[in-house]
Parts: sequence; structure tokens; C-alpha cells
Amino acid sequence: MAETITLSVARYRPEEEAEPTVQTYEVPYRKDWVVLDALNYIKDQLDGSLSFRWSCRMGVCGSCGMTVNGEPKLTCAVFLSDYLPGPIRVEPLQYFPIVRDLVVDISDFLEKLQKVKPWIILKEEKPLSEGEYRQTPDQLDTYKQFSMCINCMLCYAACPIYGLEPGFVGPAAIALAQRYNLDSRDMGAQERLDILSQKGGIWDCTFVGECTKVCPENVDPAGAIQQYKLAGAAHWFKSLLLPWGAK
Amino acid sequence: MSSDVHYTLHHPKWYRRRVSVWWWLQKRSYAQFVLRELTSVFVAFFAVVSLWQLHALGEGPEAYAHFMARLKSPLFLALHGVTFLFVLFHSITWFNLAPTAIVVRLRGKRVPDFVIAGMNYLVWLVASAAVAWLLLRG
Amino acid sequence: MDVSSCDVLVVGGGAAGLRAAIAIAEANLNLRVAVISKVYPMRSHTVSAEGGAAAVIKPNDSLDEHAYDTISGGDWLCDQDAVEAFVNEAPVEMLRLEHWGCPWSRQPDGRVAVRSFGGMKVERTWFAADKTGFHMLHSLFQTTLKYEAIQRYDECFVTKLLVEKGRCQGVVAIEVATGKILAITAKAVILATGGCGKVFPFTTNGAIKTGDGMALAYRAGAPLKDMEFVQYHPTGLPLTGILITEATRSEGGWLLNKDGYRYLQDYDLGKPQPKPVLRSMELGPRDRLSQAFVKEQAKGRTLEGPYGHYVHLDIRHLGEKLIDKKLPFVRALCRKYVNLDPVKEMIPVRPVVHYMMGGIHTDIYGATPLPGLYAAGEAACVSINGANRLGSNSLTECLVFGARAGQAAAAFAAEQKETNPAISAQARDEQRRLEESFLRKTDGKERIAPLREEMHKNMEACAGIYRTGAELKRAAQVLRGLQDRFHDLQLDDRSYTFNTELTAALELSFMLDVAEGIVASAFARQESRGSHQRTDHPQRDDDKFLAHSLAYRSPEGPPRIEHLPVTITRWPPGQRVYGK
Repeated sequence: MAETITLSVARYRPEEEAEPTVQTYEVPYRKDWVVLDALNYIKDQLDGSLSFRWSCRMGVCGSCGMTVNGEPKLTCAVFLSDYLPGPIRVEPLQYFPIVRDLVVDISDFLEKLQKVKPWIILKEEKPLSEGEYRQTPDQLDTYKQFSMCINCMLCYAACPIYGLEPGFVGPAAIALAQRYNLDSRDMGAQERLDILSQKGGIWDCTFVGECTKVCPENVDPAGAIQQYKLAGAAHWFKSLLLPWGAK
Repeated sequence: MSSDVHYTLHHPKWYRRRVSVWWWLQKRSYAQFVLRELTSVFVAFFAVVSLWQLHALGEGPEAYAHFMARLKSPLFLALHGVTFLFVLFHSITWFNLAPTAIVVRLRGKRVPDFVIAGMNYLVWLVASAAVAWLLLRG
Repeated sequence: MDVSSCDVLVVGGGAAGLRAAIAIAEANLNLRVAVISKVYPMRSHTVSAEGGAAAVIKPNDSLDEHAYDTISGGDWLCDQDAVEAFVNEAPVEMLRLEHWGCPWSRQPDGRVAVRSFGGMKVERTWFAADKTGFHMLHSLFQTTLKYEAIQRYDECFVTKLLVEKGRCQGVVAIEVATGKILAITAKAVILATGGCGKVFPFTTNGAIKTGDGMALAYRAGAPLKDMEFVQYHPTGLPLTGILITEATRSEGGWLLNKDGYRYLQDYDLGKPQPKPVLRSMELGPRDRLSQAFVKEQAKGRTLEGPYGHYVHLDIRHLGEKLIDKKLPFVRALCRKYVNLDPVKEMIPVRPVVHYMMGGIHTDIYGATPLPGLYAAGEAACVSINGANRLGSNSLTECLVFGARAGQAAAAFAAEQKETNPAISAQARDEQRRLEESFLRKTDGKERIAPLREEMHKNMEACAGIYRTGAELKRAAQVLRGLQDRFHDLQLDDRSYTFNTELTAALELSFMLDVAEGIVASAFARQESRGSHQRTDHPQRDDDKFLAHSLAYRSPEGPPRIEHLPVTITRWPPGQRVYGK
């Protein structure tokens, strides 16, 4: 078996370069190493100037999303052995502006997330002294899947609609909106639907379905958006037929 | 630092890659998606032909016969063949996607995907059989 | 350089920091709150916590039981007034998070479900399957988005606290994306930067846990408390150190040595029963379980693999259904990182550095001795954790003391006049320091990785589960040497844009300071208590050491250690009894 493996890493040094370049590194091949381990080997031993984000190394913090051999991946969750014999192409996530090397700017997502109101909306909160809101395991189950989003941005990097139409709110933010809509404690579905029915909202999605395929947490954002559309359409019909009943 | 690059200290100089018009050729699944979108043209075509047929029927037996004769031309036959394939692709891909969009809960538990997709196929089959019976009984 | 200001600045965007920010926004509508963090808040290490968060809510439980479990678990080094405040406020804080949407696991009737955890007499751990920290963090973060008063500085790395006229008045930070220096003035600052597991080579902690806040406070003159108490979690995966939650054992998992024997029965932790028994065997406290591993290894009864010695954690008898329902993350982690299915195979595990009981010295309101400076969460030491933290107390601690620190800081800030404008001179000095020591330096010979590696080796060898005075003395010398060599550091990266080599260098320097605090405090504590085991002083010594260690920075040389008596209210020191 090979002793080393080659990584072709995208570099972008805005202070020196007009556009990204590629740099190759030879790193030791270890069966137990994930791609992130190889990047850290480069940073520690070969080239301290390579920039990338990482933290938990167990697939839950969502920092280390990159494009590996053309596919959006968490680099802490794909092994060197998955890409034998190499070389492995490591690039920043697609469709986001590149800040430096493998680091992209995701502030756009943070703004969009806030826009869809991802928090429990109540007309009146019951006092804490009355204890918890009751929620059966089945009720929990209706939204649990959508609450698993780690904001890793792989779904945005897989979504050509987001690439073509940067105003699109995007898979993760809509899935999180749907997570709150389906929560039995929440009463904000209408507010969120009003926001997401606008341009850039659910109707921008043409159901490519890639977001669901690349999601490392099986959140199924594509499902969330289509279900949202169905609910939106139903609401629209209802308000058409019973204009006095809606809202 | 080379002077030809416009970098201002402490200001971001993000690199934005333009999305190529050929983006849908990057991946098989993207191409499949574009193809699925394209099927709508053929679905629309089929609808137009049907409306046209209806119109011809309203014009009287002569016009209808003329219309039917035109449909038998090789051009229309070929076009219908292609349309049939696309509409088939359209139906199958959408039926397969249906469980993602339609979530049915029975007694708190989510009905499995294959049941939802299966129901779609079942309705399709029944409708096709009914049409076939209508057309072929005589 | 950019100068901006706010009323209360929270450093750190994990559970404690976000809870503090919300507390401030709710306490006083006129205050401008800001959260500054070197990562986006949802990346904070709270996200990795798995098992759960403790709070009394069930009728068979009581606040006194929670207090007693905590105090005896902490080997009587906890401040009992702090513990009482903690157990009192824990249920309300947890309910608040329930109202904010945290997807707690439920009983069939819709009430919140609880599970047992190590060192507990009654089940009281709330959980969201086995991703409790993740759900708490995201619920908190998403809730903060609702408050317009909360401003954020994402990916801004704090390098220094601004102290003027004996009061903390803000921070200097680098905006990582652009390299711009920010001077942010504030009437009060809360440090909620988490722990420093990365001082050790083998840890469950994420890359970001480098003791930043601890070192910032220490450099500003606030003492670090009880730093010698480092928690080893008994069950981490070899190589990666990925945490396998204690919930595996509370659900009924067994720890087996190479002969398939439940070896904990040999270490005064009770006798094996088919069903899990609270405060017994695998549900003993973490310090005792990790120590038992070392002893078992010495007897040659552990297994050996490519990444050192290990034992087996067996959850196969729990069955696939329960594992998928309550421990799905454990199953996913095992499949991914050790390539085995715990439904069918045993999980290799070994003790791994997990948590710092010690931290920035605060009172029960989160205030440090430096006016205007507050701390909460793992970065702080109140102390409710004493010499050994009970599993599932730390997430709750983040909420309770995050809220307390937030309220106290808000009250303090409301009384202060405008901050002193003269501190921008200090910020300029800091900018110069960063330029000269790192970005413009050309004559250095040292590199980050070897220094960090040496620190790791040293800490593991001398400040691990068992320690001796001689080893600690040697460790202190090595750390001094590393401090000197750090001044000779050379970076490859001269860029102002997202320079992670610069931040790694700053983190290393923080870690060296914190490591010195750990080693000096451990050397001074000539007794064995909880997680601090001195083979040259194997007994607990309440006459001399029923006291907290305080490590103060001295201008040159290692830290100065003082001791502060423990607050005892209702539970006089006793023996820790498990398995009876």
C-alpha cells in the first residue's frame, strides 16, 4: 500500500493573487486518517500558511465543510482511504465567496437564518412555574429530523439554485424554519410563511434534491422545502376559497 | 506583494467564481434534474395537441378526420414517440420524489416512503388501465 | 484600528456566553450587549456535549439529593453555597430552555424524560437523545437571533483585556477575516470561552478549546482557581479521543477488561448487577473510573492496540432498538470512526481529558476579583465542581451561571459611567505587539507544532491521572523553557487575511500560561482528592487542603499559588462511598 498520498489543495491569497491556484502536498497515508488530519499535517509540518476551519473533528460542529474531489463533504468525516490512490482534490465550498484558501464567507447564511425567525414564536408564553410544554414523543418526531441541522453549509454548496440566485434563502434556513413550524410549541408558521412566500423563498426552489443527498445529518432539506410548498399552496387555496377565514 | 492586485489592507477581497452556463453538465444528477425540468415542455406540447384535438372535434367530423390524418404523419409520430418517453421520465421521476414532499402521518407515525410512492404508481396504473379499457373495448 | 463600544461584552458564544447575553438583554433593555467569539457561535464546543444536563424535576428527587451527589462527587471541594444556588436554579433554567424550543426527549405523556448519570442517586439528567449539547447550543443560538439588542462579532479573536484604573473596560481583538484590530470598550466583560482540553494531547475537546479566556483573565491579574483538577472521561475512542457518552453506561453498558470481566468491582465501586445500579460500578464518578483503568493497565489486564491500551465498553445487550432510540450518535460515531457497529461489537475505549474543574476564580455571581470582569461556564470556577465534576452538571452550570453572570454584569454596567477613552492607546500597543512578535518578525527559529507537541507530551507524562511532586517539578521547568522558546517563534504566514497560523500561535501562548497554572497548582496540592491523585501523597488531607488553589501570574517565573478555604454550609466533609 502507498506510503504517501497527494493532496491538491486550492490556495487563494488575496493579498498576492488575483484568483485561486492549486498547490500539491505529499502527506503520509494512514488508514485511520480523515482528510482533515491530512490538512492538519500540512499545516503543522509542511506549510503553516494554509488556512482552513475546523474544531470538533467528530462531525457535529459543522466547521470543516469543503469540496473533496468535487463533492461537498465534512473533511472530518471522509477518510483518505475513501480516495485511494489519490490525488485528492480539496477546494473551498462552491457558491460562497472565497475569503482565503479553503475558507469561505458564510455571513450571508447567518443573515438569512435570522430572517426566517428560527425561534419559538408564541402569542403568550406560559409562566415557568407552570412547568414544561407537553410534547409527546410522536410530536417530537414530526420535527426532530429538521432540528438536526449543524449549519455546515454543504447543502448550499450543492444547490445550483443558490449558485445562480444568491438571493435564495436556501436549504438549511428553510429546513430550520420548517423545524419550528412543525414544533407543537410554536405558533409562528404564518409569520414564517409570509416571509418565505416572497421572492427568494420556497418558490425559488426547483427541487434539484442535491441538498438532501449531501446532508451529513440526514436532515432532508429538500423534503422540508417541498412540504413547505405544499402547505403554502394549501394555505393559498384556502384563502382563495374562504377569504374571510384566512389569517 | 505584487502591485497589480488590488488589495486594500484590512479589507476583504473575496473571490467569487461565476457559475458557468454549463453547470448542469458538472454532475449526472444535475443533468438529470435539467432533463426533468425539460420534460415539462413535452408535457405542455401534449396538452396543446389534446386541446387542438378537442377543437377539431368541435369543428365537425370532417375537420376531425383531417386532424387525425395529420397526426399520422411521420413527423407527428416521431414527435409523439419522443414526447411519450419524456412524459414517462417525467412521471417516474416525480412519483419517486413524491414521498419527499408528501408526509402522511397515521397514528403519529410517518407512513413509509415506498407506500406514498406506491400509491402514486397505483393510481397511475388504474388510470392507465381505465383509459386502455375505454379505448380498446370496441 | 477600529474602535467600537458596548455596555456588556460577552467573550465566547457557547452555552454560557449565549445564556449570559440573553440574560443581559432581558435584565436591562437599555444595555447594548455584544457577543464576540473566535468562531461562529454554533461552532462552540457546547455542540459536542452528548449525554445530558442535570436538574431536579421529578417528584422522587430533591434539591438536597442533587446537592449531595454534586458535593460528594466533587470530594468536598465544592463551595456549598454555590452548589445550593446551582441546584435551586437548575430546574428553572432547564425549563426556560424547554420554552425556547430545545427538543428534549420525552416520556409518553409528553413530560420531559430523565436518565441516570454517573455518581447520581436519583435519575435527573435531561437529554435530547445523545446530542444534548448540540440541541442546547442551537436552541440558544437561534433564540439569541430574536433579540435585536444582541450584537455579534463573529470570528473575532480576543488577544487582550483592556484594564484601566483597576477595572476591566473592554478587549482588543483581531477580526480574523481581515486582520483588522478591533478595540471594543465595554463597561463589563464576561469571559465564557470554555476550557483548555487542548493543553493535553488526547482529549475529547475540539481544536478551539485552548484556554483563551483563562489566560486572558490570568494575564489581567485575576487568579485561576483549582487548575490541578483535570477530568478524564473514562470512555473516549482511542486515537481520536472522540467522546462516547456516559449515557451508554447509564442505559446499562458494561466496562470489560481483556478477559471480559467487569473490573470496576475490584475498585471499591460495588458488585456487578445485571441492571444498572445508581452510584455503583459503571455509574460511579468519572475520576474513580479513570483511575481504575490505570490500575487495571498496571495489572496487565487491559488490551493493547495501535493507539495504546484500552478496555471494552459493551452495549450489545441493550439491543438495537434502544441504541437507535437513545444512543444513535454513539452508533454513528463508532461506525464512522472505529468501523464497528456497537449493536454487534464491543467499543474500544480509554480515559481521555474531557473537562477542567478549575478556571477563572469567581464568586457565586460570576464576578472575578477584577472589577468589571465576569466569567461563566467551563472557563470559570465558581466552584460547583470541586475536585471532580459529575457528568451532566456542566451544561446546566453554563445556563445557571451564564444567567447569573449576565445579570450581575448588567447591574454593574448600568452603574458605570462612560468608559475611559484613553484605553485606545493600550489597543495600539497591542497592535504593535502582534505586528512585531508575529507578523513582521523575521529572525525566529521555532515553529508552532513542535512546541505544542512538547507541551502535550509533558502534560500527559507529568500532569495526567496520577502525578508525583518530582514529575510536576520537571514539568514546570519544561514549561518555562517552552515559554522562552515561544519568544523565538517564526510564522510562515504573513497575511492579514484569515491567518490561522497567527491565531494558532496566540492559542499556544494561552495554553502555555494555562499549563503552568495547572502544573504549579498540582505541585502545591500535596494530597490526593478527586481527579488530582498524587502517588507521593495518596491521602486526602482536609486539615491542610480543604481549600481552593489560586494561581496568580507573577511578572517573571512560574505562577504564585495561594489557598482559599472551601465554603461549607450543610454537608461536612465525609467519605465518598459508591456501590453501597
